[in-house]
Amino acid sequence: MQFDKTLDARGLNCPLPIVKTKKTLSEMSSGQVLKVIATDPGSVKDMSAFAKQTGNELVGQEQEGNAYVFYLKKA
Amino acid sequence: MSKKLAMIASKGTLDWAYPPFILGSTAASLGYEVAIFFTFYGLELLKKDLSGVKVSPLANPAMPMPVPMPVLVQALPGMEAMATMMMKQKIAKKGVANLESLRDMCRELDVRFIGCQMTIDLFDMNPDDFIDGIELGGAATFFEFAGEADITLFI
Repeated sequence: MQFDKTLDARGLNCPLPIVKTKKTLSEMSSGQVLKVIATDPGSVKDMSAFAKQTGNELVGQEQEGNAYVFYLKKA
Repeated sequence: MSKKLAMIASKGTLDWAYPPFILGSTAASLGYEVAIFFTFYGLELLKKDLSGVKVSPLANPAMPMPVPMPVLVQALPGMEAMATMMMKQKIAKKGVANLESLRDMCRELDVRFIGCQMTIDLFDMNPDDFIDGIELGGAATFFEFAGEADITLFI
């Protein structure tokens, strides 16, 4: 998947992946895609809840080893 | 119009310091307007120096301890400092933010911090001990925001 920016949130626990995702997205422009890599298992549910509540679309999601990868398209 | 979250933070221990800042930073990240009213021991969380925020194994029966520890041992001098140090190490090891950076994140996300004026007077607290940018007010100040809030929590 194509993306414009990467956020490495590996090793970080709740609520840091979400807070850092929000912070990074706010520095991007509408339509751009952010790739987030996290190891917090809670981030799977949290990232979809974040997308639903903020309108930033979760356009892709995959697991790479012990890491969870999310692609968020900025609203 | 964005949703609003109003919280009261009334506790000044390390374990209970986390919920207001975790929920505050998360809600703000989700687009909520957030205000936290710090009252009684919760005001400890607004001090520049957070070293007074500790955790005690006493009266915390659910706190996981490396070895079973009788209550009378927990009451010995130094046990609180040890429990605090152990919890801070665990927090760092597990990738949980330390209190100060979580508080900074709340500020960056425009979470409002309101200190209880009555508590400051009651305990003769020094206003200079608090971080910059906080508001001071009373119960009516809390209700002005909480009355419009979608979620209200007492912690």
